[in-house]
Amino acid sequence: MTITVRRMALIVGALFLCLLIQANRIQVVKADALNDRAGNTRAIIDDYGQQRGSIIVGGQQVARSVDTGNTRLRYERRYGSGPKYAPATGFYSIVYGATGIERQENALLSGDDPRLIGTQLEALISGGSRQGASVRLTLDAAAQKAAWDGIKQYNGAVVAIEPATGRILALASSPSYDPNPLSSNDPAQNRAAWERLTADPKEPLLNRPLAATYPPGSVFKVVTTAAALSSGQYTTETEIPAPAVLDLPGTTADLPNYNKQACFGGQVTLEQALQISCNTAFANVGLTLGDDILREQAELFGFNRSFDVPMTSATSVFPSDLNAPQTAQAAIGQFDVRATALQIAMVGAALANGGLVMNPYLVDEVLAPDLSVLSLSQPSEFGRAVSPEIAQEITDMLVNVVENGTGRPAQIPGVLVAGKTGTAQTAEGRAPHAWFLSYSPADNPTVAVAVVVENGGNLGSEATGGRLAAPIAKAVMEAILR
Amino acid sequence: MTSPAYAAAPPSMTAATARAPYRRTELLLLIPAVAVGALAYAQVDLNRTGTLPQDYWGWLAAVVLAIVLAHVSLQRLAPWSDQVLMPTVVALNGLGLALIYRLDLAAIIDAVGAEESPRGLAAVDQVLWTWLGVGLFVLVLVVVREPRWLQRFTYTAMLLGVLLIVLPLMPRFGVTINGARIWVRFAGLSFQPAEIAKLVLIVFFAGYLVVKRDVLSLARSRVLGIDFPRGRDLGPILGVWAVSVGVLVFERDLGTSVLFFGVFVAMLYVATERVGWLVIGGLLAVVGLGLGYLLFGHVRTRFEIWLDPFADPSGSGYQSVQALFGMADGGILGSGIAQGHPDLVPYANSDFISASLGELLGLTGFMAMLVLYAIVVARGISISLAARDPFGRLLAFGLAFVLGLQVFVVIGGVTNLIPLTGLTTPFLSAGGSSLVANWALIALLLRISDSSRRPVVIPVALDQAETQVFRR
Repeated sequence: MTITVRRMALIVGALFLCLLIQANRIQVVKADALNDRAGNTRAIIDDYGQQRGSIIVGGQQVARSVDTGNTRLRYERRYGSGPKYAPATGFYSIVYGATGIERQENALLSGDDPRLIGTQLEALISGGSRQGASVRLTLDAAAQKAAWDGIKQYNGAVVAIEPATGRILALASSPSYDPNPLSSNDPAQNRAAWERLTADPKEPLLNRPLAATYPPGSVFKVVTTAAALSSGQYTTETEIPAPAVLDLPGTTADLPNYNKQACFGGQVTLEQALQISCNTAFANVGLTLGDDILREQAELFGFNRSFDVPMTSATSVFPSDLNAPQTAQAAIGQFDVRATALQIAMVGAALANGGLVMNPYLVDEVLAPDLSVLSLSQPSEFGRAVSPEIAQEITDMLVNVVENGTGRPAQIPGVLVAGKTGTAQTAEGRAPHAWFLSYSPADNPTVAVAVVVENGGNLGSEATGGRLAAPIAKAVMEAILR
Repeated sequence: MTSPAYAAAPPSMTAATARAPYRRTELLLLIPAVAVGALAYAQVDLNRTGTLPQDYWGWLAAVVLAIVLAHVSLQRLAPWSDQVLMPTVVALNGLGLALIYRLDLAAIIDAVGAEESPRGLAAVDQVLWTWLGVGLFVLVLVVVREPRWLQRFTYTAMLLGVLLIVLPLMPRFGVTINGARIWVRFAGLSFQPAEIAKLVLIVFFAGYLVVKRDVLSLARSRVLGIDFPRGRDLGPILGVWAVSVGVLVFERDLGTSVLFFGVFVAMLYVATERVGWLVIGGLLAVVGLGLGYLLFGHVRTRFEIWLDPFADPSGSGYQSVQALFGMADGGILGSGIAQGHPDLVPYANSDFISASLGELLGLTGFMAMLVLYAIVVARGISISLAARDPFGRLLAFGLAFVLGLQVFVVIGGVTNLIPLTGLTTPFLSAGGSSLVANWALIALLLRISDSSRRPVVIPVALDQAETQVFRR
């Protein structure tokens, strides 16, 4: 019996060895894969067990985590002025993941970023709880309020940029949504809110200033003007034919002026053409320059690529291989030209900054849990769009637009405002989009604003950028200048 | 072979008893063994609130008192027995108590603000069961003075064992919990009679096989170099197989079924030294499990979860998946006993307590736990090898093997190495039947150990002791 007892002992030993190997497989070899596996609630509970950093605008926490006292999901995300800041903050959902800054800066907010290792080690040793870093946005509370108050009655977007740096001062989208129910720790509430928002035909979850592209219409004439002056073929005084209707070569379609009349008797200077937003004159400029020159100029302003602000913007498009009629349409911001509100604000900001395009950004600084500054964002140049001289010439022309032309509703007493309206045709029978691009003070600009109101807001087909969008831009600029 | 006259002599009558050594090794080993549980218990609250658990010293004293009782009893009743076994079991028992308290706490905290009030502390019950376990431990040492005395009750043990197995099926007593009809409710207490049946049946197997092993080792035919028994000798193994399949069919208890059959086949092999029995046993096991797979949904589900626990991670695979997540989260060093989320795993303090331990104490703690079990089994095996008579040897082997097999089946199931079966983790799991039965199991092992290591002396009256003492 001795031998058989020993043999069976060896078998039991082998079984125990299998257990040891299996434990090593689970806890070491496959541990990372298991931890990262979808549906592993432990990772979520760990995330929710520590205080997530705040998102700060000015001195106010626009997103913060509050202690609910619950053991499973301890901290819950709250947004004080939800819809107003939603395009920037995004939401932080246990079911649908995160969007916006919540997603882009998750490593810092959750405290997983390597830059936080020092403070986390401290927490580990002192037995305190881990905390995420806070993120201060570039947004200006007053400008954001003006932007949101102005746009919330329409569908549309507002973007304001500090020209010298690229700091985004306002970022508003309408209709917006309340991130609170989506970020609730109750998955049922998440789902209910998600179902409702995704079913809404107005697409409240769409981040319009960054993710929606629109035909820019007449605001694109600023880019065409820049291309004309930069090409050397035009000065502000160059005379351009401006009939009531331009017969597009090679097509049966015509390109009319907005009011179906010739501009200033059919012959205008470039400055006059911009002042009254004369379609036929700019179509002629486009035909003269050709689509390549227009595209190059557009791309110098940032078209045909996306920007990470840090959320990735949609790509504004100036299409390639255009024939003559298409080029004429494109020169006035029609045909397949598309732009985000961010891009149009960047055009204004570049002209306000002496022709230099700055990369737009939304995160100003990162604060450690002890409020020390972990990192401070540095402005960076995207590139030069036009020379300082041409930027100055265009600025003078845009000041003229606001003082004497279509941009009068944007006038601010005692301040020089540069601006350009836009009324972009969309589908047949639908009201056009109303645009306004502006910056001020024109002699030393501190803010550039782009506003787009989808389908003319409540003014229907009578809408022009000047009547709808310009007052919103004015309010945002006043908030900054005040 | 020792003559019956020596073996039957009560220890108190031998001269050797008076000169029995003090069990110093055991006492020294008990210090770290108690410390493991005591420190873990303290840490549960220290880490969270900075204070010791409520009534810490009281509860610690209660448990230490039981352990002192066990130690003193061994000194008086089995002084020559193995000195490592009891401290090892104490370490596991203490660790189990700390883990159960930790999981109680999670349940209480979760219940704060909830509608229902927290249920009673499982840890308090477990302390009472520890006392009962030590009580039975002492009782076994008192009643069983010689291992071979048990051999008299071979067939009584068979009857008692079968009765205990079928008890849950009786309409008045039996209760079905989580699909398995293995519980008996009596005077407000739930009990799993299979845990006691396990011991009783091993006594029967040992007594029966010692007598029949010569017949059962007769070879009939030789296939592939393995001797196979005669057809008419297949009766006993088929009988045990039938009972095991019965447990699976009527009580839906895969774990106990595998355990009974496995320990019988192992003891049969050890007793007869015929590999043929292992082959036949293996084939019968495959047939039994195959039948179970084909006929019963619950067995099929277990196999499917084993093959792919992530096929239905929030349904049938939930428990296994959560256990794997927990152990992975624990990693090498563990989350710390007061951290982590072991309560996400259903039955975290009973069947899945090893997964909780793996999460809280990490791979380090998990491997330490396996080593503790390995020590218990290895000590049991060496007690078996040192036993003086075949009955004691076979009995000790059966007891050690059943413990090792149970650890493998339950922890293998929890770690998804083999299909999951519902069995308790010896000494760790919350649950009285298991704890009490396993303390009794250790008492039997120690009794066998004591009887084989006790110096044999001729009992002579002292006034006549003029010549020498005989030793073998």
